[in-house]
Amino acid sequence: MEQNHSQTDSGQCPVSRRHFLKGAAGVISALALGACDAKKLEELMQKHFHEMSKEELARAIARLESEYAEKYKTAIKVDATGPMEHTLFGYALDLSRCIGCRRCVYACVKENNLPREPQIHWIRVLELDKEKGVDLAHANSYYDAETVPREGHFYMPVACQHCKHPPCVKSCPVSATWKEPDGIVVIDSNWCIGCRCCMAACPYGARHFNWADPQIPPNEINTNTHYLGNRPRYKGIVEKCSYCIQRTRQGLYPACVEICPVGARKFGNLLDPESEIRYAMETKRVFILKEELNTQPSFFYFYSL
Amino acid sequence: MRLSFSRELLISIANKESACCRIFSMNRQDQVITLIVILLVITFTCLSFFLFPNIGNTAEEKTIILPKLHKAAEENIAVPPPPFSEDIFPCSDCHGGRATNPQRRKLDEPHDNIVFEHDAQHRWCLDCHNATDRDKLHLANGTLVDFKESYILCGQCHGDKLRDWKVGVHGKRMGSWNGKKTYLLCVHCHNPHSPRFKPLQPLPPPVHLNKPKILSH
Ligand code: HEC
Ligand code: HEC
Ligand code: HEC
Ligand code: HEC
Repeated sequence: MEQNHSQTDSGQCPVSRRHFLKGAAGVISALALGACDAKKLEELMQKHFHEMSKEELARAIARLESEYAEKYKTAIKVDATGPMEHTLFGYALDLSRCIGCRRCVYACVKENNLPREPQIHWIRVLELDKEKGVDLAHANSYYDAETVPREGHFYMPVACQHCKHPPCVKSCPVSATWKEPDGIVVIDSNWCIGCRCCMAACPYGARHFNWADPQIPPNEINTNTHYLGNRPRYKGIVEKCSYCIQRTRQGLYPACVEICPVGARKFGNLLDPESEIRYAMETKRVFILKEELNTQPSFFYFYSL
Repeated sequence: MRLSFSRELLISIANKESACCRIFSMNRQDQVITLIVILLVITFTCLSFFLFPNIGNTAEEKTIILPKLHKAAEENIAVPPPPFSEDIFPCSDCHGGRATNPQRRKLDEPHDNIVFEHDAQHRWCLDCHNATDRDKLHLANGTLVDFKESYILCGQCHGDKLRDWKVGVHGKRMGSWNGKKTYLLCVHCHNPHSPRFKPLQPLPPPVHLNKPKILSH
């Protein structure tokens, strides 16, 4: 019945079914919201990131900024700087140096406004047995000790690998996550519907779900944010490492590189043959995680010894 | 698949049966047809480069013009000042008028805090510190080196590390990945007198979400 109607109608009706539905949805939700909440309506009608014009994006950002100001009682700047030309970001981590001190984990928490409650960490540091090598089945990320490194162990921090062939992007039914031209795999927190397909698709466990409204102490908020990165997120959506997009697109090293006390973390432009990351790749023993899956990470592990 | 294909190719080449050779063993008519076909294929291939310039170029494989390199990489790197303890530098404040005592011994004030365990069997203070001008270090050949450049001294014996340090792989660069950087000296991480990197206390482990509450008692 239903189906028949729409089929016969579509030929004659001047308003297309899609437009009608969109309008109707808008009106209904506007009614449901009490019709007065213009911001909510605007949020609902926001276009996909790629389809927004400059003005529309600026408007969306202004809306977010006022929303955040209200929620966190501080002025939060949301930036949308695009990728630089001739830049392909790469990351290399020196497993001979890492001692598993977790300084990077908490520098990331602070820089990227990670929810303190319920807790999310974009970086997980795995403790592995020197005897067993890179054997993820026996990795432990909950180790605690007086001092690290612990005898007989080595450490492997894992976060988003920013793959060339990201399975998470393929699995997203609404294109809320994609790979930018500079290699960063990003998420639009306003487009994510929280279906968590990407989490199932990611072989690195790099994506995390906000089970509840993310709590951040207002005095610890990093007010320097990027639309596709560390701006505050919402309940019911997925988040992950963005290579500190708010820093790296301004030419800065990611927060984890800056904090690392042993200098194990290397970041740079893979297209620049003079970058430290290229040197590491050309002269050290390098491997990528789960190579057999052909995800082709832009995150490399190497041994300097 | 690819393997067996290339093996066949190799065998056919070995048997001198490549297409080229076969043409000569054909009759006149077949030869003409074959040549026409070959000519057509060649012209079309040539033409197609003009007609479809993007053929074979997926988005990812675009020719990449390399970025303007920071040739003057060294100029872009600043080294933070040496991590001296308070009131120790300039050394000449005390050593200016003091006689040098090259004896290996247990040191008193103000150096009683120095634990020397850097190849200690073979080395002592004045292998690195300059006896006459205490505000400088010296290399094996006698060249004086400023404390701001102590990495040159370390590089004498740890050349591989110095090389990796210079390109940014050993040690740590901070600041801008495409511009101004600061670069820690070796002695920011390694105490020159006791260079083994000291263990650190780890920050707390993540909350174990899956651990049932009942079991955690
Ligand atoms: C507050 C005064 C003071 C300052 C500042 C000082 N020293 Fe000394 N230094 C001494 C004294 C006193 C001794 C002798 C200690 C002993 O014999 O037990 C000594 C001994 C030494 C020795 C052992 C060799 C010798 O000549 O006796 C070395 C090497 C040395 N100092 C290096 C330095 C360096 C390098 C600095 C600067 C970074 C420095 N000192 C700064 C007071 C000072
Ligand atoms: C391997 C070379 C080497 C040897 C051997 C060596 N030093 Fe040093 N020492 C250094 C360097 C390099 C520094 C500079 C550290 C810095 O930049 O803060 C230094 C710094 C010092 C300082 C200043 C430390 C501070 O607290 O800031 C003193 C004092 C000193 N040395 C004394 C000694 C004495 C005494 C000995 C012998 C027991 C000795 N050194 C042996 C390389 C050496
Ligand atoms: C004259 C040669 C010489 C110079 C100069 C020298 N070293 Fe060494 N260093 C050695 C030798 C030999 C060893 C190995 C002996 C040992 O393990 O005690 C060593 C060991 C080390 C180690 C490894 C320690 C360990 O236990 O794992 C570090 C780190 C180190 N040096 C750093 C430095 C730094 C930093 C400097 C510059 C301030 C420096 N060295 C200057 C000869 C030198
Ligand atoms: C950002 C801190 C940092 C800086 C700067 C640094 N190192 Fe190291 N270095 C380390 C760490 C961490 C290790 C590993 C120590 C360990 O495993 O006990 C190490 C190890 C070493 C070793 C021991 C051999 C090895 O590979 O484990 C030598 C020698 C050494 N460094 C020399 C140098 C020299 C020379 C410089 C300066 C040119 C330098 N380091 C600068 C952090 C640093």
